[in-house]
Amino acid sequence: MENNPIESLINPPITEGPIMEDVRHGEEGSVDMKAKMATKDLTVSYAKVQALNGVSLNIYPNEVTALIGPSGCGKSTFIRSLNRMNDTISVCNIEGQVFLDGENIYDPARDVVRLRTQVGMVFQKPNPFPKSIFENVAYGPKIHGLAADDEELRGIVLGSLERAGLLDEVKDRLNVPGTSLSGGQQQRLCIARAIAVRPDIILMDEPCSALDPIATKRIEELITELKAEYTIVIVTHSMQQARRLSDKIAYFHLGSIVEHGETAEVFENPVDERTADYVLGRIG
Amino acid sequence: MREATHTSKAAPKKRFWTERLIMAVLILCSSVAILTTIGIVASLIFESIRFFQIVPITDFLFGLHWSPQMAIREDQVGSSGAFGAIPLLVGTLLISAVALTVAGPVGLMSAVFLSEYASSSVRSKIKPTLEILAGIPTVVYGFFAAIVVAPWLRRGGEAVGLDVSSESALAAGLVMGIMTIPFVSSISDDAITAVPTSLKEGALAVGSTRSEAIKKVIIPAALPGIAGGLLLATSRVIGETMIVVMAAGLTAKLTLNPLDAVTTVTVQIVTLLTGDQEFDSPKTLSAFALGLMLFTVTLALNVTALKIVKAYREQYD
Amino acid sequence: MTELTFKGPSAEQLRRRHLAEKRFRLFAISSVFLGLAFLGVLFIIVAISGSDAVRQAKMLLTISLDVDEFEEGKNSNSAQISKADFEGFIKKSMRSSFPDAKTRRMKRELSKLVSSGAAYEVREFILTNPNQIGEEITIWVTASDDVDMLLKGKLNRDLPADLRQLSDQQLSWLDQLMEQSKLEMQFNWTLFTKGDSREPEQAGIAGAMIGSFYSVMVCLLISFPLGVLAAIYLESFAPKNAWTSFIEVNINNLAAVPSIVFGLLGLAVFLNFFELPRSAPLVGGMVLALMTLPTIIIAGRAAIQSVPPSIKEAALAVGASPIQAVFHHVLPLAMPGMLTGTIIGTARALGETAPLLMIGMVAFVVDLPTTFTDPATALPVQVFLWSDMPETAFAERTSAAILVLLAFVCTLNLTAVILRNKFETRY
Repeated sequence: MENNPIESLINPPITEGPIMEDVRHGEEGSVDMKAKMATKDLTVSYAKVQALNGVSLNIYPNEVTALIGPSGCGKSTFIRSLNRMNDTISVCNIEGQVFLDGENIYDPARDVVRLRTQVGMVFQKPNPFPKSIFENVAYGPKIHGLAADDEELRGIVLGSLERAGLLDEVKDRLNVPGTSLSGGQQQRLCIARAIAVRPDIILMDEPCSALDPIATKRIEELITELKAEYTIVIVTHSMQQARRLSDKIAYFHLGSIVEHGETAEVFENPVDERTADYVLGRIG
Repeated sequence: MREATHTSKAAPKKRFWTERLIMAVLILCSSVAILTTIGIVASLIFESIRFFQIVPITDFLFGLHWSPQMAIREDQVGSSGAFGAIPLLVGTLLISAVALTVAGPVGLMSAVFLSEYASSSVRSKIKPTLEILAGIPTVVYGFFAAIVVAPWLRRGGEAVGLDVSSESALAAGLVMGIMTIPFVSSISDDAITAVPTSLKEGALAVGSTRSEAIKKVIIPAALPGIAGGLLLATSRVIGETMIVVMAAGLTAKLTLNPLDAVTTVTVQIVTLLTGDQEFDSPKTLSAFALGLMLFTVTLALNVTALKIVKAYREQYD
Repeated sequence: MTELTFKGPSAEQLRRRHLAEKRFRLFAISSVFLGLAFLGVLFIIVAISGSDAVRQAKMLLTISLDVDEFEEGKNSNSAQISKADFEGFIKKSMRSSFPDAKTRRMKRELSKLVSSGAAYEVREFILTNPNQIGEEITIWVTASDDVDMLLKGKLNRDLPADLRQLSDQQLSWLDQLMEQSKLEMQFNWTLFTKGDSREPEQAGIAGAMIGSFYSVMVCLLISFPLGVLAAIYLESFAPKNAWTSFIEVNINNLAAVPSIVFGLLGLAVFLNFFELPRSAPLVGGMVLALMTLPTIIIAGRAAIQSVPPSIKEAALAVGASPIQAVFHHVLPLAMPGMLTGTIIGTARALGETAPLLMIGMVAFVVDLPTTFTDPATALPVQVFLWSDMPETAFAERTSAAILVLLAFVCTLNLTAVILRNKFETRY
């Protein structure tokens, strides 16, 4: 989408920094006003090892954006930068900007705790707390004081479980430990836990790689349903999955985004040779 | 050619018998541990039985009066009820409670700091320093308790109008607690680092502060390991001798006031057995009965603790 | 589904939570600080107090070694020399310095200014220098502990006379001696060369150090081979059945048994049943060995476990028997770990007091032990005994003994840590 220069004059941008031309397919991106989240020249290194080199990407609301690429190319690092999970690693050095609704989340004045209620995360290996199913989902609302009373809390928990497609299977046993569920159920529990705090964005770092095909299919269906209400960023190793699920796609190669854009476009007409190699299965 | 066959036949045979001998020696060495336990149990039980032939076991276990020094004449012993162990148990538990009240929270929070808040360079400097604290002989702690802490507490108590004994349970308990801090810290540290990082990340990702993640997710997950460590610490503190011998009292007093002077099981064992006694007198035999009681209690605590810690470790492996 | 009327945590709630975070973190830091502060306070107090013990007040006496006091004058042999009245020499010397000591009480006060051991010091001097008989000698003798405390500023001169250890008269004599440079502080060799004594100025830790040395020697000689061999068997050769798990549980329990119980075992079995000599470092060492053995076995097993199985397999593949494979190939690699465990166990044995009390190494022993079966005491027991003594002068000596004990224990632990760090980074 070419940025309309007249529009940028009429509606002054609330983003920081100059807006450059948004060029798709491999050239340097700009921060789009309409983007829910965006990164600009994001550079991340662990000790001396560089993981991301000046990555700029827009993530649009109510879409599934997939990040693909060979192992070790920075996809996980990128997605973890979106909710500042990299803060927990002391040797991690971050430069550049990450915008949520136009504000830089790495600004020292920003509250990380609040950020993470707006940007949720589901991990590769399901990690339910060793608590009951109910307590797992109630954890977030409880610490943030989102429910005025027990009844409201119960409503939030049940609603989240339903939205994650798990309620029918567990409604009679909300008090059993979350760890006693099957792998696929645990992951859906983690999704319920994430959405219980009503984030705008859900980050998913290879959510299905530890699951069997049937469980994977259920989660993929869930993701497609969820994007009506949430913005989803998903890291995946499976190109088929990326093709099935995503609206936008970005191909990572050795710490940079080589190509990004509409999923169908990138798959059918990859501009860059490296992208072509990967999506056609020649590398990766 | 013939020499070769000759030597290759004799050598394996000699080696066979040497190896058999070595194996026998190895097995013998390993059985020393069993022999030690048998020795402990046997000697404690044997002498205790001789004691319980003089003083009934019910008097010992449920008696409220302990003053063995008064039972001088043989015929006085049984009837004077001087061998009731309850005051000793209460005294031991009182001092142990004070010690654990110090060591528990301080040790746990030290572990939290070292595992969750400290950078690796800070951790690598502080952890060995705490190990030094653990390596200090208990007699030094006892000296410190008796010469420094007890007078401080007494003078401090006077200043606020409290009557603090110069051999208070508080003094002995405080120093014992400090001695136990590294132990609790070390075991809690192991328990906390055994909790998978993914749990912590899950808690942080949903918007916890670090302290919330620690209090509500990590510590509950590490709880069995921490609890096992506290049980082991209790066992240590109950069996501790020198600090109480030097800083706690000698007369049995049935009280729950930490400002009072109490005596413990270990103090009595030492008092009864040092000095000139005949070996077979009821006083020395009572020391063995106390020893048996001590051994049983600490054994129960240790076994329970090790079971909990083992089950917990298997959960996360 | 419940629609929320507000989104996310309120600013107020966030503020409270961040405050709680700060408080929690402060609590955690102060916990560590508490332990470290105690360590610091302990070392400072003990160091300051103990450093005083390294100096001892000495008095310079001029003594005429009257030939008539010795049986055969200048040619007296050692036995004859020893019969002379050394106390008399000292008294005469002091009275000539202070002729104003006329009454009996004053004379007594005067002679109390030197240690009761001063007579022995004079004797030692003459025995070493018999050619001085008939001459006038000047000799530094140890002053009494009250004088020592005075010079170290630990005696309160302002107390009323009947509450003070030194009378006004004694104080004036001492002041004169100081002005004449006949009373000064010198290095307290006694502390390191003599055994225990009722008089603090004569007391030293030499006996305790030798006793500790013998005990720990015996402990090591027994527990190290036994422990290493047991660890080898249990880890490399024993079949994994109920019996060996029982042994393992047993060893883990023994490692946690209170040390006093081992003392009881020693008393009942070694002293009472086998009738070994009481107070002997041999028995002390045996009891300490039983106590240290589980630690060495556990450390040894861990060390053997950490050696990669490929080492043993490679040895077996070239035809070594299992015993050869373990002893020639696995054991050398596991040895650093075993040594670390042994050193740590030894450090603990060095500091243990309770079991030694039980087997009688708590007696008052003056002579330095020369064999493993001579009655002896140990350094931690010496600390225990001295801390009970009423004389003020013992307090600083107790601190000095503690410093020596801590020096040994900390050195051992430090060695173990260095050894562990150096060899752990192998694999």
